[in-house]
Amino acid sequence: MAEVAYREALRMTLREELEADEKVVLMGEDIGAYGGSYSVTKGLLEEFGPDRVMDTPISESVVVGCGIGAAMGGLRPMVELMTINFSLLAFDQIVNNAAKISYMSGGQLNVPMVIRMASGAGSQLSSQHSHSLEGWYAHIPGLKVAVPYTPRDARGLLKTAFKEPNPVIFIEHTALYGRKGEVPDNEYSIPFGEAEIIREGADVTLIGYSGSVYQALGAADILEGNGRSAEVLNLRTLRPLDVEAIIGSVRKTHRAVVVEDDWKFGGFAGEISAIIMEQAFDELDGPVQRVCGADVPMPYAKQLEQAALPSPQQIAETALGLF
Amino acid sequence: MTQLVERPPVEDLSGDQQIQLLRQMMLIRRFETKAAEMYTKQKIAGFLHLYNGEEAVAVGAISALNGDDPILTHYRDHGHALARGLEPKRVMAELFGKKTGVSAGKGGSMHLFDIDKHFLGGYAIVAGHLPLACGVALANKRLGNDKVVLCIFGDGAVNEGEFHEALNLASVWKLPVLFMCENNFYGMGTDIRHVSAVIEVYKRAEAYALPAKQVDGMNVLEMYDETLQAADFVRSGNGPSFLEAICFRFRGHSMADPEFYRRKEETERWRELDPILTFRKKLTNEGVIDDTAFEMIEEEIEQNVREAVEFAEESPAPPLEDLYAAVYKENS
Repeated sequence: MAEVAYREALRMTLREELEADEKVVLMGEDIGAYGGSYSVTKGLLEEFGPDRVMDTPISESVVVGCGIGAAMGGLRPMVELMTINFSLLAFDQIVNNAAKISYMSGGQLNVPMVIRMASGAGSQLSSQHSHSLEGWYAHIPGLKVAVPYTPRDARGLLKTAFKEPNPVIFIEHTALYGRKGEVPDNEYSIPFGEAEIIREGADVTLIGYSGSVYQALGAADILEGNGRSAEVLNLRTLRPLDVEAIIGSVRKTHRAVVVEDDWKFGGFAGEISAIIMEQAFDELDGPVQRVCGADVPMPYAKQLEQAALPSPQQIAETALGLF
Repeated sequence: MTQLVERPPVEDLSGDQQIQLLRQMMLIRRFETKAAEMYTKQKIAGFLHLYNGEEAVAVGAISALNGDDPILTHYRDHGHALARGLEPKRVMAELFGKKTGVSAGKGGSMHLFDIDKHFLGGYAIVAGHLPLACGVALANKRLGNDKVVLCIFGDGAVNEGEFHEALNLASVWKLPVLFMCENNFYGMGTDIRHVSAVIEVYKRAEAYALPAKQVDGMNVLEMYDETLQAADFVRSGNGPSFLEAICFRFRGHSMADPEFYRRKEETERWRELDPILTFRKKLTNEGVIDDTAFEMIEEEIEQNVREAVEFAEESPAPPLEDLYAAVYKENS
């Protein structure tokens, strides 16, 4: 086990995939000569050359569409989009082509590709670089959506993404890239649809993914100080969603708080909440709570940005309200 | 329907080969007219975009390609599918929404797919398939085969950002794709002259440093000739090429179109250039075909299309358990 940063864990898998399969190609804006806007692909151009690690024009739509076509044509492409906010320029390609080609061709074609993108706020990047739109992709049948929290998740889930015969939206969190964690030295993968109980507890379940797991763990510490034992679930993938793990934990704790950076109204936290109501209503000692991002475009000023994001304090207070 | 086995230069096409081109155009025309009839009988639902009038583009261009050159096209796709040799009965069954359809009844008129025939689909988001064509071409280039991707779209697509993104990328990466614009002057009901700053589409393609040419889309031999040359250029590793085929659709945008936006005289004038009538006349004048032979082909096609309808009628609807099938491919 080595301590590696999230971005390095991602790079380890990318390198392994490039080495293992000639058909793997990486495409994206500034992933080559620049080394990737979050340095995930640093050094790969030098190692594998410009035919495998391809710098693209700033044309998100054609880059993603080209990846889809390349996958249809027999390659194993990974497309990197700088941020999930820019992915909206390719939203049509992802939703109308990547997610639907298998179905509308009657199963004749499939799209084995990985689309990586960075999500999340916290760096004062204001309204057009900071949003968490994971739920939008999780909404789409035909896609799979992975949201790693730990470096171990990052490497293992990306490994699975490269084995998938379907398009995978792989969403990383900007605040996590530099965080270190233990990662097995040998190759391994983490299956999709298996959440992790990252902290065991008995009184309340805090459900999060990606960056919000960090906030939930902070809240669990506060709750412990208040004599309440919180269980924290790291979802790892939103589609498929590990419903069993969610329901199993709620049966144990009888209380649930869903934490998400994304806007609350119409968001994925609402979906989780509804699933708990549908499948474990009688187990609940109180309504499922949601702690989400403020219903505003992300502001620049530090104090305002922090106020727009779920905080451990806010999560803990919400949880305590259930007792 | 058989395609040309060999693809000689246009001047070397034999009489039989030319008759085959005529036959393919006639099949498309008859198929489309029958489809319209089936639509009015409510056997076909959804949108139905007919190809009548543009047959020379599909037949000329696709006959000039190899059978394994991939084709991606737009939603007015029946003509391209038939020219590629998809079985008329399975295309008709798809229009009928039957299990035996080329896309198993999931795609319908706008999404015909037949992977065995390298027909990689009809797409219904305007210009949305141009990026896909770039990707298929990238794969072919990396895999080291000499396939040319044919990407067909209408004049409506040229004001979409993806048109420009795709041409730029294909040119920068020298991708083996042949872009073909069917310029019939109307994007649905809007005259290209009202919405395009430059109406000569090929000039817009030239901005991306790739060879681009305007050709007569009502003339099957010219389409064949120009496509053969453009495809040769692409196949030789020179990067993409672009053809703008000037053509006209004789019917409305879809079956729902009352055609308020264009004058009857315009359509009538173009009907005089009907690619089937003019080619028949040419072949008759040259003594390649006579009325008896023509009528025999007509009868043969009539039967072909009748059988396609019978097949579609008799085929089973997709069972309900198909609803959730093929959303994802299972990991093998």
